[in-house]
Amino acid sequence: MASNVQSPTQTDTVFRTENLDIYYGDFKAVRDVNIDIQKNQITAFIGPSGCGKSTVLRCFNRLNDLIKSFHINGTIYYHGQDLYAPDIDPVEVRRQIGMVFQQPNPFPKTIYDNIAYGPRLLGFKGDMDELVETSLRKAAIWEDVKDKLKALGTDLSGGQQQRLCIARAIAVKPEVILMDEPCSALDPISTLKIEDLMQELKQDYTIVIVTHNMQQASRASDRTAFFNVETNEKGKRTGYIVEYEPTEVLFQSPREKATQEYVSGRFG
Amino acid sequence: MTISDAAGHVGLSLKKNPSSPRTLFSSAMSVVATLCAVLAVIPLVAVLYYIIVRGLQYLNLDLFRQLPPPPLGEIGGFGNAFVGTLLTVGIASLISIPFGILTAIFLAEFAKDTDAPEENWIDFAVNILAGVPSIVMGTFAWATVVLLTGTFSAVAGGIALSVLMLPTIVRTATEALEAVPGSYRQASVGLGASKIDTVMKIVLPAAVPAITTGVMLAVARAVGETAPILFTALFSQFWNRTVWEPTATLSALVYNFAQVPYPNQQNLAWAAAFVLVVLVLFLNILARFITRKRG
Repeated sequence: MASNVQSPTQTDTVFRTENLDIYYGDFKAVRDVNIDIQKNQITAFIGPSGCGKSTVLRCFNRLNDLIKSFHINGTIYYHGQDLYAPDIDPVEVRRQIGMVFQQPNPFPKTIYDNIAYGPRLLGFKGDMDELVETSLRKAAIWEDVKDKLKALGTDLSGGQQQRLCIARAIAVKPEVILMDEPCSALDPISTLKIEDLMQELKQDYTIVIVTHNMQQASRASDRTAFFNVETNEKGKRTGYIVEYEPTEVLFQSPREKATQEYVSGRFG
Repeated sequence: MTISDAAGHVGLSLKKNPSSPRTLFSSAMSVVATLCAVLAVIPLVAVLYYIIVRGLQYLNLDLFRQLPPPPLGEIGGFGNAFVGTLLTVGIASLISIPFGILTAIFLAEFAKDTDAPEENWIDFAVNILAGVPSIVMGTFAWATVVLLTGTFSAVAGGIALSVLMLPTIVRTATEALEAVPGSYRQASVGLGASKIDTVMKIVLPAAVPAITTGVMLAVARAVGETAPILFTALFSQFWNRTVWEPTATLSALVYNFAQVPYPNQQNLAWAAAFVLVVLVLFLNILARFITRKRG
C-alpha cells in the first residue's frame, strides 16, 4: 500500500470505500459498495427497507463493531486512513465521526449533562457552560431549553430530543455527523426544523444521512446513493448501490430503471 | 343465540346468560381463586397478629439501650443485639454489594461480547449459590473464618451473610442492567466513550434505582437470617467492643431466649421478634417505594 494513502492528511474526500462487502457471520448483508463522500456536503442514502443503508452508515464510525458476528471485506478510507486497520482505535474513530440515531436517545440526565458528557470524556478543560450553549445554539434548540438546562433531556418533546442529540454530537467537535433516519420518529414540523438545521451544519460538518423519505433526500442533500436489495436463490437478501449521483441528477434523470421507478414512487 | 325483533331483523343477543356452562365455570373459578388467595394470606396475618399481640406491649426505648437480662428479673433490653444486627448486616453489605454489582456488570455487559465461556458457568454458579441452604453458608464461614481467626465474630457473621446476599444482588443487578435500553449504550459509544465509560457513567446510573431495590431485598433477607449467624457471630450478653468477638444479633436472641423457661427472657424474645419483623417490613416497603418512584 502506498505510503501517501496511509498518511492522515485532510482531503476533500472524507470517506472512500473500495469493494466494501459487509457480513453478519456468513450472511452477506451488503455487497460492492464503492463510493466517495465529499467534505461539507450532505450525502443521502435512500432505498427500500432491508437494503443495508443503515448498515453501511454504521461502518463509517465502526458502530457495527458492537455486533459480534459483523465483519467486512474491502476497505473504507477516512482521509486516506484505513478505518479497519488493526492499529485503528474505534473509540478515536467515533470521536471524529459522530452519530444521530433513528430514535432520539438522550441520556436520562439533565440537558446540560447530556451535552457535557462527551466533552468530559475527552477531558475538556475549557468553559463548559459556553460549550454547552454553543452546541445547543448550533443545534437550534438553545431558545427552547435555555431556562431549563437542569431539566431531564428525556422530558423534552421528540423533535427537541432529536435536536438535543444533534447538539450532543456537535459538542465533541466531530468532523462528520452520521444521521440514521433522524426524522423518522418526528412530526413534519420537527422534520423541517432538522432539515434546516442540516443546511446550517454543513458549513462546518460533513453529513451522511440515511432516510426513508425521498422528499427529504431531494430537498436536503447534495448527493444521493440509491440502494436496492436482491434476493438470492436461498432467500437471503443482499443490498447494493444501484446509482450514486448528485441529487438533482438522481431524481431528474436517473440512469437505471430501478432508480427511476423508486424515485417516482412506483415501488419501495 | 339468535333473536329477531318486530321488524324481522335478525341479530345476536349480547346479554350475559347466567346459566350457561361458561359463565358458571367462570364464577366457580373466581370463587376458588379468591379462596386460595385468602388461605395464602392467613399464615402471614396470623404470624403478624401473634407477634404484635405478644411483642408490641414491651416496646419502649429502654429495649434499645439495655442489655439482655439474667433469668427471672426485669425484661432488660436487646441494645447489643440491635447494634450487632446492624453491624453484621453492615459488614455483609460492604462485601456483597460491590462484589455483586461488579459480577452483574460482568454478566450483563462484558460476558456477552467476548468469547468468554465463563459467562455460562458464572451464571450457573450464581444460581447454585442461590439454592444453597443458609445453614451451609454458616458452616462454611465457621470452617473458614471462625477457625482461622480463632473466634466467633461479627466479621464471620458478616461474611456468612454476604455469601447469602450475593445471589440476590447479582440476579437483580443483572436484570436491572439488562433492562437499560441499548440506545443509551449506542449513544454513548457513538460519542467516543469506551465500553467501561459507557457502563460506569451511563448504564449503571440508569440502573441504580432497580439495583437499590434488589439490595434492599437482600438486606431484608439477611437481617432475619439465623442459621448462618449461630455458627459465626454466635451470641453475647454484652456490648461489642470490636468486630472480632462474639456478637449478639436480634435473630440469635430470639432463637436463644425463645427456648428458655424464664418469662422475662421469653418476653424479650417476643419484643425482639416484633422489632425484627418491623425492620424487614420497613426494608421491603422502602424497596417498593424506590421501585415505584422510578416508574
